[in-house]
Amino acid sequence: MSNITDTMSADHHRCDDIFSEAEALISKGDWEQGGPKYKEFQEAMEKHFAMEEEVLFPTFEQRTGQTMGPTQVMRMEHSQMRQLFAEMAESVEQRDQEKYLGQSETLLMVMQQHNAKEEQILYHMADQVLSGEVSEVLERMEAV
Amino acid sequence: MQVNRSSLSLDQAPPISVPFRFFLTAPVFGLLAALLLLIYGPEALSTRWAPATLALTHLITLGFLGLIMCGAMMQMLPVLAGSPVPSVEWVTAVVHLLLSIGVLALAAGFLLGANALLHLALAALGGGFLVFIAAVAIALKRIQAPNATINGMRLAVLALFITVMLGLTVGAGFSGMISLGLLIPLTDVHLGWGLLGWVGLLVISVAYQVVPMFQLTPEYPARLTRLLAWALFGALMIWAPLYLAWGSGGLPRLAPDVWMLAPAAAYGLFAGVTLWLQQNRRRRVSDITLLFWRTGMVAIAVCLLIWLWGLIPAEAYRPAWPLLLGVWLLFGMAVSVVNGMLYKIVPFLAWFHLQSRQVALMSMGKVKVPNMKELIPDRLAQRQLYAHLATLILLTLAVFWPGFLARIAGLSLGVSCILLLLNMLQATRRYRQVNQELSEFAASR
Repeated sequence: MSNITDTMSADHHRCDDIFSEAEALISKGDWEQGGPKYKEFQEAMEKHFAMEEEVLFPTFEQRTGQTMGPTQVMRMEHSQMRQLFAEMAESVEQRDQEKYLGQSETLLMVMQQHNAKEEQILYHMADQVLSGEVSEVLERMEAV
Repeated sequence: MQVNRSSLSLDQAPPISVPFRFFLTAPVFGLLAALLLLIYGPEALSTRWAPATLALTHLITLGFLGLIMCGAMMQMLPVLAGSPVPSVEWVTAVVHLLLSIGVLALAAGFLLGANALLHLALAALGGGFLVFIAAVAIALKRIQAPNATINGMRLAVLALFITVMLGLTVGAGFSGMISLGLLIPLTDVHLGWGLLGWVGLLVISVAYQVVPMFQLTPEYPARLTRLLAWALFGALMIWAPLYLAWGSGGLPRLAPDVWMLAPAAAYGLFAGVTLWLQQNRRRRVSDITLLFWRTGMVAIAVCLLIWLWGLIPAEAYRPAWPLLLGVWLLFGMAVSVVNGMLYKIVPFLAWFHLQSRQVALMSMGKVKVPNMKELIPDRLAQRQLYAHLATLILLTLAVFWPGFLARIAGLSLGVSCILLLLNMLQATRRYRQVNQELSEFAASR
């Protein structure tokens, strides 16, 4: 996986899988495993966001000179999702299944639309703009 | 660069009143269709040409399906493709008003045999759809790098245009405005373009995006998404003249029927692939929209069987055959998918608009925004799903035993539409409440 599109899309896929495991466990009322699975999901997402916010987006902005463009929208959507993470973590804390499942349904809609925009547009733009330095950027992202 | 940067913008979503106006009106037309079935009973299920049947069919296709599909497209174009419909609020007001007047006038015109009402209907529906098609065509044309969904939507809108033109022609012939031969075959071509063109192509285009998204299924195969919509559109383009040639005595019936195998097989393939993808989904929990979609896909398979049954010449002339095909195409396939989509679109939009406003006001922790399932609880959506499934079964049986069951099927359809309307109103009421709280918060600062 030598480019940003493939690497980061695969990471979305990985996060989706953990999301769906957590949701399945909690829908069965298995908080023993579901709680930690949710935590694992949130950490995977935070790691993914950090790779973008600390490395990918700033580098992309530097090369394109655009700071109010698509990366800004992506940051806003990250904060939208973080708000849902906070609510979901609270539901896990309180073992409130109904609330959690409503929040996870909502998160899935936001997350999938967000991922689609990144996978179909932003990552391709990044691969083009950063063509010569993709592997170096990927290394820095990995190190976050 | 070939990318369309504007498609990353969130601000392009239209005001919530744009889609909601359509979504809240549609169940009322469904309810009117149910009332017709209750009042006219077996008469509405005796032949497809009965005035009550024509009125009922158009209340469902135009009033229920048409309104929701128009509203959903105005919402989806900016979100999926970054291309907002121009003057969307004005277009919405005009389209919603003209289509609503048109559907009512058309249904009343059929029932009363009043040509003046039919003429009013043709003017209103023609005007409403042309404004819609023109506005949406501008938005679709502006998209620089269209994907399979956009290509499919373009063909769907073209199919809608053909459907409307044929509908106006048939309507003018039916109401004595013009003298028209081939009224019956033209009607069949009209509904072929409407159901297999506009409805089917829009369902397919939207499926490419939402089936993988809602349930974390694998993507549709790229070769399928590239070719399917074109193949279907092309097949209809050839089927229509073949069918009319049969209607005017120039060809044996076998010619259009054999040709129809092509689109029929293509729809079967789409349904099969969709069910397979859903079977292989990564999200393990089920949900209401998934069950509606599965009903719709199974209904496509049922439609194929009914259609094959109709190829036996003696069977095709039984009045039950077209009615049965109609029930499964309309209620089995189209209504199931469109109704199911509302359970994702409506609560998500309500949440999205409230959440955006909450962020803009920095009122996190002060005003609580309800999540999707707090806006429409699962058990309420589930109740309506059961009512819809019961309606489908009762309508099927009522085609064979209209005397016993037509009114019971009508009652069931009424219950389903009332439950749907209540669910939509529930989300709207919650939205208004929280929006009011946000306004109070803004005023208190």
